[in-house]
Amino acid sequence: MKLSQTLLGVRFDNPTVLASGIWGITAASWRRAAKCGVGAVTTKSLWLQEHKGHANPTIISTDHWTLNAVGVPDAGVEKAREEIGNFNKDKPVPLIGNIIASSVEDYAKTAERILEFKPDFLEVNISCPNIEDEFGRPFACSIGDSAAVTKAVKAVSGKTPVFIKLSPNVDSIAAIALSCAAAGADGFTVINTAGPGMAIDLPTRLPILANKVGGISGPAIKPLAVRCIADVYKATEGKLPIIGTGGVMTGEDAIEFLLAGASLIGIGTALADRGETVFRLVCDEMKAWGKKNGVKDLKELVGGMHTAILNVRKRG
Amino acid sequence: MHIPLDSRLPKTFPIAKIRRETEMVRTLTFKASFGAKPGQFVMVWIPGVDEIPMSVAFDDGKTLQLTYFAVGDATRALAEYKVGDLVGLRGPFGTFYSWKSKQKLALVAGGYGAAPMYFVAKQAIKDRCTLEVFVGARSAEHLLYLKEFSMLPKTTLHVTTDDGSKGWKGFNVGLLEKLLTDRKHSKKHPFVHQIFACGPERMLVSVSRLALAKNIPSQLSLERYMKCGYGLCGNCVVDPLGIRLCIDGPVVDNKLCSQIAEFGEYHRDAVGKKHAF
Repeated sequence: MKLSQTLLGVRFDNPTVLASGIWGITAASWRRAAKCGVGAVTTKSLWLQEHKGHANPTIISTDHWTLNAVGVPDAGVEKAREEIGNFNKDKPVPLIGNIIASSVEDYAKTAERILEFKPDFLEVNISCPNIEDEFGRPFACSIGDSAAVTKAVKAVSGKTPVFIKLSPNVDSIAAIALSCAAAGADGFTVINTAGPGMAIDLPTRLPILANKVGGISGPAIKPLAVRCIADVYKATEGKLPIIGTGGVMTGEDAIEFLLAGASLIGIGTALADRGETVFRLVCDEMKAWGKKNGVKDLKELVGGMHTAILNVRKRG
Repeated sequence: MHIPLDSRLPKTFPIAKIRRETEMVRTLTFKASFGAKPGQFVMVWIPGVDEIPMSVAFDDGKTLQLTYFAVGDATRALAEYKVGDLVGLRGPFGTFYSWKSKQKLALVAGGYGAAPMYFVAKQAIKDRCTLEVFVGARSAEHLLYLKEFSMLPKTTLHVTTDDGSKGWKGFNVGLLEKLLTDRKHSKKHPFVHQIFACGPERMLVSVSRLALAKNIPSQLSLERYMKCGYGLCGNCVVDPLGIRLCIDGPVVDNKLCSQIAEFGEYHRDAVGKKHAF
């Protein structure tokens, strides 16, 4: 099965993407991911100025889930210039610049600055669920706010495609996606972490995360991600590409995401379970599935579930 | 490398014993074992304060010991803890020192690096190794584990202080270099087969250079800021290799270490900003 594709003018050797927030602090990390066979890398969320994250513990896991409240730490634009500049010297794979801000105006300013470093896509994080104490409800939880951020970023983004990273923690992710699409979004990343959730240490009776609550990722949220991808794909009639993210561990998980409507597959938590070979393993497993099922090109699978539902209806 | 799942969620344990090593250094004992090997670390959660990596000072399958220097917010808070207070632990993480039976090993310990080196010594002696231990500190009151090392069989203890207040005046690496010359170290008649080091990075740089110059295999324990400990957060990734020191470290072979451009030059903080050593 052919895994390469060109999306919005950018060529990807395979659909795996290093999800934002995992590794992603330095050019050395992105290069390492590329060496390990990833199709594209995403930066950790970039702020205009330095932003401190939360105290530790910030990341904890069981076999079902990971909870994180890292709190989006970043050193600001100058570090982004150095690291992305370094990566761009040989750029082994496409780079998605993920940005974050605390106001609509700052989203536009951050986008402008980060675009100077020529990322292939801009990914706009409006959906982090673990900084609510500092900034209130994420922009992604309001139709108006998410559209306003999209519009402001699109006003400065020129030819660079803008992906809006959506939250699953909303009544209707389809309605949010439609409002972003109307404001000019070129694509979506679906989903950011869910919840937030909490884990308590029994002897001390205290929440383990210093921030008390954190976004849920890992295998537990995969069905939630599949449903959200399907909702967004259906609402936008498959016209805007989706980076599907949330609990992908295997090639078959990735195929499921493609069928729901994703074109690229974000991988994060699985790095702890399957090690840095996870990108190659997922690709090999996708190819094996394709061979067994007579699928020659990954593109044949994107949104396949929606077609299958229609076909069943027609037959019925 | 697959990280055991139970190392990803801290469990709290009561402190069973507290030993005061120096004014600033304590050793905590827990009635718990993580099956840690010498050189590995655990994440230590001080509820309400922070969670930080600490080298394991001892793990015999029944008890775990941690020796720490009360220097940062977390360790200063921990210094106020009493026997019975609950501390969160998870691990073990990372690589460990390795040796062959009957080898001659030089253990170079700077500051509280003496604790994990004592763990190495205890285990290596079981494999009939012979040890030359170089414990160094700024001055006499900062020296650690001297009594413990002096009681070990097949061990020669060398003590150095920067100010000469105890033992040889100068750096421990300087004394090792002198002895390699005095004892006419050669491949045929080795003074030591390997050099292990744990301590401040500037000391590690000296060990690294000496070991390369003398062509002696060496393993060094590097310290970087860590959050998860199991390969996700990316905070301990080193330039330019991109390896994660929670997985591919903290104990790094000198050959690999010499490819780490930031070794001895800089480290990164919680937001990824560089700080020179």
